[in-house]
Amino acid sequence: MASLDRVKVLVLGDSGVGKSSLVHLLCQNQVLGNPSWTVGCSVDVRVHDYREGTPEEKTYYIELWDVGGSVGSASSVKSTRAVFYNSVNGIILVHDLTNKKSSQNLYPWSLEALSKDSSPTGIIVSNGDYDREQFAENSVPLLIIGTKFDQIPENKRNDVLTRTAFISEDFNAEEINLDCTNPRYLAAGSSNAVKLSRFFDKVIEKRYFTRDPSQMQSFTDRRRFNFKSLHND
Amino acid sequence: MSFFVDSVIMVTSQVLFFGFGWLFFMRQLFKDYEVRQYVVQVVFSITFAFSCTMFELIIFEILGVLSSTSRYFHWKLNLYVILLVLIFVVPFYIGYFVVSNIRLLHRQRLLFSCVVWFTFMYFFWKLGDPFPILSPKHGILSIEQLISRVGVIGVTLMALLSGFGAVNCPYTYMSYFLRNVTDSDILALERRLLQTMDMIVSKKKRIAMTRRQMYQRGEEQNKQTGFWGMIKSVTSSPSGSESILNEPVHLRQQVLNLSLIQQEVDALEELSRQLFLETVDLQATKERIEYSKTFQGKYFNFLGYFFSIYCVWKIFMATINIVFDRVGKTDPVTRGIEITVNYLGIQFDVKFWSQHISFILVGIIIVTSIRGLLITLTKFFYAISSSKSSNVIVLVLAQIMGMYFVSSVLLMRMSMPLEYRTIVTEVLGELQFNFYHRWFDVIFLVSALSSILFLYLAHKQAPEKHMSL
Repeated sequence: MASLDRVKVLVLGDSGVGKSSLVHLLCQNQVLGNPSWTVGCSVDVRVHDYREGTPEEKTYYIELWDVGGSVGSASSVKSTRAVFYNSVNGIILVHDLTNKKSSQNLYPWSLEALSKDSSPTGIIVSNGDYDREQFAENSVPLLIIGTKFDQIPENKRNDVLTRTAFISEDFNAEEINLDCTNPRYLAAGSSNAVKLSRFFDKVIEKRYFTRDPSQMQSFTDRRRFNFKSLHND
Repeated sequence: MSFFVDSVIMVTSQVLFFGFGWLFFMRQLFKDYEVRQYVVQVVFSITFAFSCTMFELIIFEILGVLSSTSRYFHWKLNLYVILLVLIFVVPFYIGYFVVSNIRLLHRQRLLFSCVVWFTFMYFFWKLGDPFPILSPKHGILSIEQLISRVGVIGVTLMALLSGFGAVNCPYTYMSYFLRNVTDSDILALERRLLQTMDMIVSKKKRIAMTRRQMYQRGEEQNKQTGFWGMIKSVTSSPSGSESILNEPVHLRQQVLNLSLIQQEVDALEELSRQLFLETVDLQATKERIEYSKTFQGKYFNFLGYFFSIYCVWKIFMATINIVFDRVGKTDPVTRGIEITVNYLGIQFDVKFWSQHISFILVGIIIVTSIRGLLITLTKFFYAISSSKSSNVIVLVLAQIMGMYFVSSVLLMRMSMPLEYRTIVTEVLGELQFNFYHRWFDVIFLVSALSSILFLYLAHKQAPEKHMSL
């Protein structure tokens, strides 16, 4: 068992959307039987073949950090959570397709994780007018996953899918809609599995094969550790 | 004619209260959730509206607004509706939503929620037995029976909340009790947390890699792909584990190692949760320390000293009331006026002033208790609700709110001068009001003393936890 290189991916979203079930499904290929509250952060590991099927195939560990809590938590909880956001290489944003509020809350979640100006308790929110350019120049790959797809009645599916398409455009990210209690959605060869694989490949590329490794530094340094955050303008 | 006008006024005000309850529900309580069952929102707003109407009627009583017959009529009407809601509607819906959440009983929801409701009614009725709250001349389905029981529950709740609030308020306001937390404490704890997470990650990597290798070596015979499947086949009956027994020894060893590693991971995860909670606690304390250095913080600190004296006074008075079996005859307004007139020699128009002062006093009591209750309910709701249980919790809160407001009316009777008490006595029937005051004192005392004990223990235990770091 040679030790492999690793990348760190955050899994963020409101409570109750199904992050723990999703992480369990991604890492153990099994449905989580008894979901319970995530206190703090729970980590799981997925072994991923980068560029599967090509001569450059290489295996990596993908650490999925599932951070519990809600956007409206107390500032003490937010400051503590910020500890987990160090040196993040990718973010999976999870929302519940049957709950519109969880989709709206993805914006504050992403800002909380990406905010370079290290004030962990104050999130700069410009009242719904989220700047697409802010997400376009963001170099951390994002993936939007919508859960509880099976609970949407047939006639409402189109509306929901249009709505989620808007969200993923805002984030400049791919989107996957699934049901965490059914492994069929991520079966090998399905378009969802392909998107997932592409996302992980992108994360690995950004981390290991990008030409400017110092660009990653700005997300790894935190003010409380007395490093100045580096800006690359 | 005037009855019609009065009714219109009452209905308008009720609609206003209903709207306020609706907005509060949408903007504050259900901020992060989507309202899927509008029934819950309607029931909550109705409970709120009718409770506020009761307070409004007391104010009208003092100010002499509306004719007394229409006031009496509306009192009775309001009381019937609120009892109906608190005893029939809300418990039934609580039972219904609880049953809906349980998958097994999903199909016969209505039946099971009726069963739950009957159980509730049985215990509710039994509640009246140990208390000397009724004289035997009342019938079985009279309003007094129901109100007395609702009153007992509500008064208990009020006393518990007051007792805890009276002790907790100075404890949180005063900075004397703040533990000293430095930045380096927090950093050290965070470092431990991250180290624990790293250990969990490295163990999980070993598990994942081992499982992958076992899978790649053609374990397709084993239907269960998780590694627990491997463990199960090893520990189950001999016939099932033949495929594993045929494998090389080092593979069996790997499977056993994995179960050991999994146990270690479970223990580490528990540790990481505890460390996370401790860090949150320290961060909260640090923020409070910073807040106490500001001007507002200093103001609250001063208030804290004032409230601690008030709290000690209340505990003392409650003890005196119980020990000497005292029953207050006069209300604070009349007594205050008596004192000013007799001892301070200031003469003024007693009737006029007593009306206005009672109005202000009662108004303040009502507003602060409504506001206090709504804030407490909101905090409680945020702390314990989840997307599944939010409906049930809101309904439980509506029940508590209704009972709380009904008993406030009961107890408020003591704070009003004699001429205004009559309507309450008339409408609510011949309840033993003195019993409720005594019961309030007892529960208040018990709650305050146990809160002091509880806070003392929590305070003692916390610095010891950090000294062991």
